[in-house]
Amino acid sequence: MFENLSTQLLFGQLLLGLINGSFYAMLSMGLAIIFGLMNVVNFAHGAQYMLGAFVAWLLLNYLGIGYWPALVIAPLVVAVFGMGIERLLLRRLQNLDHLYGLLATYALALVIEGLIRNQYGSTGMPYENPLPGGMNLGFMFVPYYRLWVVAFSLVVCIGTWLVIEHTKLGAYLRAANEKPQIVETFGINVPRMITLTYGFGVGLAALSGVLAAPIYQVSPSMGSNLIIVVFAVVVIGGMGSIAGAAIAGYLLGAIEGLTKVIYPEGSSLVIFLFMIVALYLRPGGLISAKESN
Amino acid sequence: MNRTLVLVLGVVVAALALIAPFYLYPVMLMTIMCFVIFACSFNLLLGYTGLLCFGHAMFFGGSAYFTGYLLKTTWLSTELAILAGAAASGVLGLFIGSLSIKRTGIQFAMITLAFSQFVFFILLQSAFTGGEDGMQGIPRNPLLGFIEVRDNTTYYFFILTLTVLLVLLYYRVIHSPFGEVLRAVRDNEQRVESLGFRPERVKLIAFVISASMAGMAGGMKATVYQFATLTDASWAVSGEVIVMTLLGGLGTLTGPIFGAGIIIWLNEQLAGFGEWALITQGIILLVVLVFFRRGFVGELGALWRFVARRSGKTA
Amino acid sequence: MNSAAASAGATMLDVRDLHAWYAESHVLHGMNFDVREGELLTLIGRNGAGKTTTLRSIMGLLKKRTGSIKLRDQQLIGKRTFEIARMGIGYCPEDRAIFSSLSVRENMFLPPVLQSGGMSDDDLFTAFPNLKARAGSQGTKLSGGEQQMLAIARILRTGSRLLLLDEPSEGLAPVVVKEIGELIKRLKQQGFTIILVEQNLRFARQVADRHVVVENGKVVDIVTNAELEADMDRLKTYLGV
Repeated sequence: MFENLSTQLLFGQLLLGLINGSFYAMLSMGLAIIFGLMNVVNFAHGAQYMLGAFVAWLLLNYLGIGYWPALVIAPLVVAVFGMGIERLLLRRLQNLDHLYGLLATYALALVIEGLIRNQYGSTGMPYENPLPGGMNLGFMFVPYYRLWVVAFSLVVCIGTWLVIEHTKLGAYLRAANEKPQIVETFGINVPRMITLTYGFGVGLAALSGVLAAPIYQVSPSMGSNLIIVVFAVVVIGGMGSIAGAAIAGYLLGAIEGLTKVIYPEGSSLVIFLFMIVALYLRPGGLISAKESN
Repeated sequence: MNRTLVLVLGVVVAALALIAPFYLYPVMLMTIMCFVIFACSFNLLLGYTGLLCFGHAMFFGGSAYFTGYLLKTTWLSTELAILAGAAASGVLGLFIGSLSIKRTGIQFAMITLAFSQFVFFILLQSAFTGGEDGMQGIPRNPLLGFIEVRDNTTYYFFILTLTVLLVLLYYRVIHSPFGEVLRAVRDNEQRVESLGFRPERVKLIAFVISASMAGMAGGMKATVYQFATLTDASWAVSGEVIVMTLLGGLGTLTGPIFGAGIIIWLNEQLAGFGEWALITQGIILLVVLVFFRRGFVGELGALWRFVARRSGKTA
Repeated sequence: MNSAAASAGATMLDVRDLHAWYAESHVLHGMNFDVREGELLTLIGRNGAGKTTTLRSIMGLLKKRTGSIKLRDQQLIGKRTFEIARMGIGYCPEDRAIFSSLSVRENMFLPPVLQSGGMSDDDLFTAFPNLKARAGSQGTKLSGGEQQMLAIARILRTGSRLLLLDEPSEGLAPVVVKEIGELIKRLKQQGFTIILVEQNLRFARQVADRHVVVENGKVVDIVTNAELEADMDRLKTYLGV
């Protein structure tokens, strides 16, 4: 009986951990893609994730548009917003120290979160689960929606990776990461490519937000707490590597879930502890190759 | 001409500082001074050494709790408790700095942010901090064991003295040979290395000094408000000090003083209007980043030089 | 004879009073020269004379430039780099700029086809059998000579008829330099117009129609290849050899 209960707890937390890991993976992947091309650490990533959830919530409550269409519409809306930001703001800072991009996106996050909070208050709002029910695996009960989140995020991450590593489009992106000017001398409109890439990364964040809406409450602060954890994930996984960022996301999510079983108080610390250990083991830098260029 | 101007300005500022608590709310003035010290400590890193610490609140908030805890549980006098808070922050800075100082630029910013979140969660979960409620009822133990400072106006003069001393000390550090080395590290690390200095060591020392100074500011704030909260250690405060410093003028002596004053004053004014304080900070930061990268004092200085050059030409 | 044929061609690129700046420093001080259709022109001069900067200015990689650069009567000043490329200029930079995160094949086929008349993928691999053999390996794993071949090969794909080649012989063994020379001669026979930055006078005289001597950001002399022999001493003083 007790044995059974703890197995259930273990797998339950592991699943929860994987859910978190799915969000870590998609968010850190978006961060890595944006950083790769623009050298901007997108601090607004958390706010854009929150915006995704919020747009889905608004679509449902004001226009009656449900979850499945929102899964497409919300990321597009937020991506367009992101591209506007790139054009109007980030482009002006692109020739300066990379810290300016970080600070500008931080300021943006403050403004976005503050405005949403002013308008809708700080309390979370529920979003109806589009896939109620679940299946009993004998040792644990798995809600369908959570299964969907893990499976879908895996598809998104692997799909993104395949596109970047194995297609012509991805080759342009990788080449522009290395030497944007040379890519431009081939007649490719690199500024537009940067805008679209930023839009894609931001859209990925918004997509995570829509996925998260039925699991967590939709609240203005849902992104700002998450983004710092994602930064730690990215430091561990390596910003230069898109696959590394995603894999680290899933792994750290799972580890966090397991910690909840073994030592609940430590679960919010464990990712940061891993980061410290990673720093200690590899003081030279996980991604410095890119930055030192 | 210039020197007399500085002297006159100094006298005016001193006179204003002495009469201010009788006309303005002393707690707000003291808050400004705490943040002046905090912003100076941040400026030492970003403005003079080129390191963006995005988690400076960990030293500020951590020390607020540490100072408060000492005052609540021991008979240590207030000034010693504040000093102890600064020392503890310095030790924390040494630990975090030695792990992260090799990273540069963006990575350093992200790592310090993550560290500060780590410290935040520890503070949240430790029993002595009072968790989400914060640490209440921090006493102002008598200075040197016998000077009572429970009254806010009296305490104002202590905080003023401390602030003046710290700013002078800060001025000395920046204009010392060590300060020269810091700026050299900021501008060209390789060259400093080729001159026989060890840039990482230099940066680590700067980090520890900055952490202690931020700790000092946090301890001061805990004794001013007589409570410490998690907000003091949160990323929002880390961000606030960045806004103050950039608004005032990166790498200028007086910039952070202006920046801290303006932001704290704005916070007071906007306190009753929901999130407008934060939104305004965000907008100010954006405007500064895009249009006025030298900050308030920096732009003023540039304008002054421009005018001086023009009048010099016509003369 | 070569030069006579070239001078008969229409003007392909006309550079007039070109000034350019790197940040605050003024590096080109009024360059004047032109290239005719099918001609091979070299820019020669000492290190730091402004040869590379001239190519970079033509491509719009230096943002601050004044004067006039006309490609068949179309003004390039004010245009952005990718627009200039699309007008039909291929650029091969000094450092070859092979992408390390791309395979040889990906490097080769990265530049898009901008206009008809470029080499097809098959033609390219036929022309560069070495590169075909190593198509799957990482771009930067190639030898210096192979990287240079790759850097030239990939811009042949775009269909651009004007090629800017920045010191393709630099740092390569004599045998490889010879190969590159053969390649450039072949390109010229195929009717490409080429501006070649070169410090190696021996290499330059084998392939060029005219030589533009650059000093301190200005054109100080223009010599046809036929006159080269007679003017050798003067040229050598320009080059400081």
